[in-house]
Amino acid sequence: MTNLSATTPILLEARGLAFYRQDEPVFGPLDFSVREGEVALVEGDNGSGKTTLLRILAGLLHLDEGELSWRGRPWRRIEHLGDTLFLGHHLGLKGDLSARENLAVAAGTYGMRDGRDVASALSSIGLAGYEDEPVRRLSAGQKKRAALARLLLLPATLWLLDEPYANLDRTGIELVNRLLAEHSAEGGAALVTSHGAVSFLGGEPTRVRMHA
Amino acid sequence: MSHATLASACAATLRRDLTLAWRRRGDITMPVLYALIVVTLFPFALGPEDALLQRIAGGVVLLTMLLAMLLALDAMFRSDIEDGSLEQLMLSPQPLAMMLAMKILAHWITTALPLIVVAPLLAGMLHLPAPVMPVLVYALLLATPLLSLLGAVLVALTAGSRRSGMLLALMLLPLCVPVVIFAAGAVAAAQQGLPWLAPIAWLGAALVMALVLAPLACAAALRIALDA
Repeated sequence: MTNLSATTPILLEARGLAFYRQDEPVFGPLDFSVREGEVALVEGDNGSGKTTLLRILAGLLHLDEGELSWRGRPWRRIEHLGDTLFLGHHLGLKGDLSARENLAVAAGTYGMRDGRDVASALSSIGLAGYEDEPVRRLSAGQKKRAALARLLLLPATLWLLDEPYANLDRTGIELVNRLLAEHSAEGGAALVTSHGAVSFLGGEPTRVRMHA
Repeated sequence: MSHATLASACAATLRRDLTLAWRRRGDITMPVLYALIVVTLFPFALGPEDALLQRIAGGVVLLTMLLAMLLALDAMFRSDIEDGSLEQLMLSPQPLAMMLAMKILAHWITTALPLIVVAPLLAGMLHLPAPVMPVLVYALLLATPLLSLLGAVLVALTAGSRRSGMLLALMLLPLCVPVVIFAAGAVAAAQQGLPWLAPIAWLGAALVMALVLAPLACAAALRIALDA
């Protein structure tokens, strides 16, 4: 994660990224780049625009200023659907469906990584025995795990994780770190926001510092 | 890595919405009960006079169906916006309009279809002549999906705003008028023994247009609603 040579291709590059809400600057201008196999930690105080940045990179918010490029070419939302996986504050789980059913819907719309299946994803995320429980009956941390199971299952190069550690216990935090390490070993990249102290497995992550 | 095909994505979305509706069966029966109550009350209010009831039967049943559908319209995308499912759907590598079309289809199946099933019963309670019954069902089969599609666009447009319910009702009213005119026109024509195909054909034409355009408009409107 740390000793990435300069020859590793840049996956996502941002130049002069800025966002305004009703003419009030939310953040920016911001420059950063994420290489293949790199995990970047987005840091900033509450309200500094971490979530906004992730929503822009996911393509949910319209970019006001600046340029985004993906593998050296201008980034266009429509071309990268499915390349990115976004995990926001709203987990995107249906309370009336079980974790298994929720994951099946996600796999049905996004596709599935080769050699993965819903049952094994759920057991390796620590939800064995809770597969068929309606998600609304799970605890906050278990809901988070159910949402994180998407990371194991769905094919995507860039992960955009907004507060993935929130609500998780220690083993859950280790689990997220392990997922990130595996993802980066496979050449994937991730942007992670967090305001807590985070220690990734591979040492010091790249930091993207937000300032309001 | 294998990306999902459009067919599997459509099936997954449709199955998800139908399963959710089934888990909340009580909500499905609400519009049906509402229609049943309204239609039952009409003879009590107007008097059990056969000729009068026969004359108003088609119109009353149609209007009751459309109003009953409005009850459930508001909720079409709300829970998906609140729990983030819509974001996930938007970011999936699938055409959003197609996915929304599946959601609208699921909504129509769960709210309008039960209403259409009970419609002949309700019309029978008001002495609608048996030969007119098929025309009423045709009119409903075309008018209800049309209303679902038009309603979905408006729900999507008002999704970002609070008090969207009031705005929705105001915006939907002018769009309902032509639907009601053609649907009731067909039933009235059939009742008078006149040709009823023309208004049905108009409904069909409008439905085809809405089928193509409404999901696209919905997708655009929801993108704007979330971009805030």
